[in-house]
Amino acid sequence: MKFEPGTFTPAPGRGGLGRMLLAQARTEAVLTLRNGEQVLLTVLIPVALLVALAVMEVIPVPEPRVGSAAARTFALAVISSAFTGQAIALGFDRRYGVLKRLAATALPRWLLVAGRVVAGLAVVAVQLVILSVTALLLGWRPPLSGLLWAVALVVLGALAFGALGVLLGGSLRAEVVLALANIVWFALLLVGGVALGVESLPPGVAAVVDLLPSAALAEGLHTALVDGAAPGLGPVAVLLAWGAVAAALAVRTTKLT
Amino acid sequence: MEVSGLVKRYGSKTAVDGLDLVLDHGTVLALLGPNGAGKTTTVEVCEGFRTADGGTVRVLGLDPRRQGEQLRPRIGVMPQGGGGYPGVRPDEMLRLVAACAADPLDPAWLLEVLGLTGAVRTPYKRLSGGQQQRLSLACALVGRPELVFLDEPTAGMDPQARRLVWDLVGALRADGVSVLLTTHLMDEAEALADQVVIVDAGRVVARGTPSELTAHPADDQQLRFRARPGLDTDLLREALPEGMDVHEASRGAYVVRGRIDPQVVSTVTSWCAQQGVLAEELTVAKRSLEDVFLELTGRELRS
Repeated sequence: MKFEPGTFTPAPGRGGLGRMLLAQARTEAVLTLRNGEQVLLTVLIPVALLVALAVMEVIPVPEPRVGSAAARTFALAVISSAFTGQAIALGFDRRYGVLKRLAATALPRWLLVAGRVVAGLAVVAVQLVILSVTALLLGWRPPLSGLLWAVALVVLGALAFGALGVLLGGSLRAEVVLALANIVWFALLLVGGVALGVESLPPGVAAVVDLLPSAALAEGLHTALVDGAAPGLGPVAVLLAWGAVAAALAVRTTKLT
Repeated sequence: MEVSGLVKRYGSKTAVDGLDLVLDHGTVLALLGPNGAGKTTTVEVCEGFRTADGGTVRVLGLDPRRQGEQLRPRIGVMPQGGGGYPGVRPDEMLRLVAACAADPLDPAWLLEVLGLTGAVRTPYKRLSGGQQQRLSLACALVGRPELVFLDEPTAGMDPQARRLVWDLVGALRADGVSVLLTTHLMDEAEALADQVVIVDAGRVVARGTPSELTAHPADDQQLRFRARPGLDTDLLREALPEGMDVHEASRGAYVVRGRIDPQVVSTVTSWCAQQGVLAEELTVAKRSLEDVFLELTGRELRS
């Protein structure tokens, strides 16, 4: 094949920061929402759980049922995408060499992280819109006073679980990540204060579960979305602590491949 | 680009052991060596992915490790084995990499050049190895870099795609782009490189232009021909000048060694005529780069 002289004449330079951030975040968000397993994990299962908790009387859920169910499934949605989905995606992204590929471009390292965070938050926003509409259709009447608190908690929760997801997905082999991320998700759902409230657990267990980020997020969201009040300091402190420790460790352990 | 005395160790194993390289502006340098020779390690140090344990590395006048953010916009990298999100489509991946550059090439044109237009809807993980390699090459070129690193660029490619890569490297060089490529394919190094550096066990064992490396000393040349097996070569040896040797290297393949001049060629053909045979495939052989390579790095398989 012949090429016109001058076709490849060097003209190097870094793209605009905003454009790079947008391009990466959009690509990663679209990939998540196009991936069948990710959609099952992040949207379909939380929606199914929301409906089940709202209408199946056999499951113990405090009144108002739909409000309590919404708080718990919002928490599950954040855990599903920010932690499990993120960890699995990162594990396989490393396997397929994309981090190295991007690290070799003009994209600065901090922007590589920022792009993932923005993409993760965008996916959480999509999840919560779908869950909110479902809950409203089921008769949810949220107290407006708690909505801003709920948004703040969701962002904090997404960052904390995102850091945990990166910690898990950034260092181990993809298959190990896949197994662990699903096991932890299942454990948090069943005994982490999500599907069942902490109050329905034995007191000794409850004291430990209260310190888990899943219970902190679910309880904080319950306070905001059912009582319409600011979450206590406790849940916020628990999320901050988990997020900070996970992020500090992840910075040391995360590998490009 | 200048590398001097580069040392890189992994635990107790020394992968690169005092390696020197100079890549001049607008030229192509091929790092040639067997698997495990330290080629990829060297390239990854130059790209800033690994820290050297010793020696100095300057790429476009910059320290790739400490000044990576200034260096990376100016280089194009094709990592070994490529890279992409498992579910990403080739055009999405290339557009993302293009967005990282100030004045990129047109991604649609580049995809067409590399024959990926038919695969634009195929997720990365389902592309063939050769398609992944071509996408990776597109990603390395899209930002109009000054210097391109190609780590085994044609691995897994079919002959047509290999030929295309060769044409691309030629066009890059003609347009003033410097290219560092690694390969273990001799013909690739011979066809593309201005300078070839042969490395083995982390050290340079030979360097030069392809013709310098393959040149025979004047008094150790070879003339090869094929004829009927079992000819009596003693008669020919007597007819040849003093000190020249002839033998049947394999069935029907004869090799004359020494200083090959027109007189020698004439002697060989007239001897054949006396024997009533036709000398076929008569060539005055250059060593191939493969001969040089095997001579320097040994013929045994590496574990």
